[in-house]
Amino acid sequence: MIAKSSGKLLLLAPLLLFLGLAYVVPFLGIVRWSFTLPEPGIGQYRAVFSDPLVQSVFLRTLRICLVVTAASLLAAYAIAYVWVRGTRLQRMLAEFCILVPFWISVLTRAFGWLALLSNRGLINTWLEAAGITSEPLALARNELGVIIGMTHFLIPFAVFPIASAMRSIDERVLLAARGMGASRSRIFWTVFVPLTSGGLIGAALIVFVFALGFFVTPAILGGGRSVMVAELVYLRIFQSPDWGLGAAISVILVLFIGVLLAMMRRFIKPAHLVG
Amino acid sequence: MPQRIPASEITAAQIGAAEINAENIGKTFGAFRALNDLSLDIRRGEFLTLLGPSGSGKTTFLMILAGFIAPSEGRLMMNGKDITHVPAEDRSYGMVFQGYALFPHLTVEQNIAFPLKVRRRNSSDIKRRVGAMIERVGLVGHEKKLPAKLSGGQQQRVALARALVFEPSVLLLDEPFSALDKNLRALMQEEVKRLHQETGTTFVFVTHDQSEALALSSRVAIFNHGELLQIGGPQDVYERPASRFVAEFLGEINLLPLKGVIRNGSGATGRFEDRAIILDRATQKIGDEAVAAIRPEHMHLTETPPPADCNAITCCVEGATYLGALTKYHLKTKTGTPIAVSIPTAAASPLNSRTDVWVSWPTREGFLLPAGE
Repeated sequence: MIAKSSGKLLLLAPLLLFLGLAYVVPFLGIVRWSFTLPEPGIGQYRAVFSDPLVQSVFLRTLRICLVVTAASLLAAYAIAYVWVRGTRLQRMLAEFCILVPFWISVLTRAFGWLALLSNRGLINTWLEAAGITSEPLALARNELGVIIGMTHFLIPFAVFPIASAMRSIDERVLLAARGMGASRSRIFWTVFVPLTSGGLIGAALIVFVFALGFFVTPAILGGGRSVMVAELVYLRIFQSPDWGLGAAISVILVLFIGVLLAMMRRFIKPAHLVG
Repeated sequence: MPQRIPASEITAAQIGAAEINAENIGKTFGAFRALNDLSLDIRRGEFLTLLGPSGSGKTTFLMILAGFIAPSEGRLMMNGKDITHVPAEDRSYGMVFQGYALFPHLTVEQNIAFPLKVRRRNSSDIKRRVGAMIERVGLVGHEKKLPAKLSGGQQQRVALARALVFEPSVLLLDEPFSALDKNLRALMQEEVKRLHQETGTTFVFVTHDQSEALALSSRVAIFNHGELLQIGGPQDVYERPASRFVAEFLGEINLLPLKGVIRNGSGATGRFEDRAIILDRATQKIGDEAVAAIRPEHMHLTETPPPADCNAITCCVEGATYLGALTKYHLKTKTGTPIAVSIPTAAASPLNSRTDVWVSWPTREGFLLPAGE
């Protein structure tokens, strides 16, 4: 028994070693910075909780992440439904829509959205040409643009756990509900949705955790006006020599995500996440 | 919406009246003919079992009855109204699925209340009916449990309670006992029989287990390859099967090919090996050759010649199987036709292999089937 499990550990060793060297060791270094730069103490943490700028960035990040999570879940639920329960053609189309974004880099997608949403972008040009608007709508370089871009990126991550939950529903349970006289909308709301709640919670946590650390999309689509936490860390470390504060923000973010991941483990099985 | 008649108000005249008529129902799935020209009346208050091997069309017919699939041809009438295209949710039949199909996220109580909530009954009414139903199926004390915390038998009871709580006029059961072990099965069979008698609801029950069908039903319909082969009371179909398939599907049977068959009033005579065989019943249309079919439990084994009013053939003992209450002897006739004879173990005397014995049976037992098939 012991020999067996140590054999398995040996197989895992390269991954553990890599994660240790690439993440844990550098993170310990960041933790040290957060307590030592510019001088030893918990001054940086005190600053994080008292600096109104840092606080407003944290609040904005939370707000954007919540909206993005809600929007992603809504869209992912619809896509997963078509993917799992649609006709053959619908299923193929849904699969295409889920997989194609995976093959395109996050940077390309952010610039793609910019091309669509900016003041001189396709949407505003068309709206003005059609005489619907006279002024360009503020779709990008603000929170709205960030939310659109992030939601688009995160939908596929929400689709997998939701689709997995939908697939594991016993068809006969739905038939039984119909046989008892339940309307389609009642079956959807009182049977189908509750039976996918595990997938929904899992999807919500994944999307939220991913969203917290977003950097590229907000930097491009937010146009510097909708700074999120990850961008703030970047600014503190690379633009103002404030490594200690940047490090402290990073540590808080990692701890927060750790708590969320621990919650996720309680709610869903890891197998659900990959579908 | 079919009008529900409470059990207490069903008069003798109404029992036996046709409630559902299936008229020339056919169903094709792609290239597969699942049901062919099926006509069948379901009588109010009866316990009708659809019996057949898998792929025989019995479950397809049940699903058509439930409204989950539409027939390719034919029509379905209920109390004189055409319900062929009425969707399942508007038919309001109770249904117990294979594997029970309980709502895994709802407690026992909530599962049973579901059909009542759909019908927008008020909460005091729901509470009363659910409570009464829980008591009736013996689930008191389990009200707040989720289905996953229940045993197979308890889940089965929840499924029955949920299907009956809204007092449907018809209850459909799709192989409900297939997942239960033998003892629990027998127990649940009794339970279903009792519920049928108490509620007066029409039960339509699908199974591939012939003993279950014979034990429970007021009538049995036997299916094979999408055809309805025969329908009748358990004793009718067991003792007077219309075909070799029905005879063999309902239980083990000895088949003796007869030559020179001659009709003789309501019976017939024929020759098996060197002996004349007389059968009092021969309802089948038969030719010169036919098959005499006799159940193993209707035959006797003796070491001396049997009385003259019995059919008798000589056989050689090949071996015996002890089955508890019964002992089954395996024998062979002179020409090698295998014969099985079941004898209550208490009455069985030890017989050595290779001894010659007489196998006999009264002329009133057994029946004739067409040769071939």
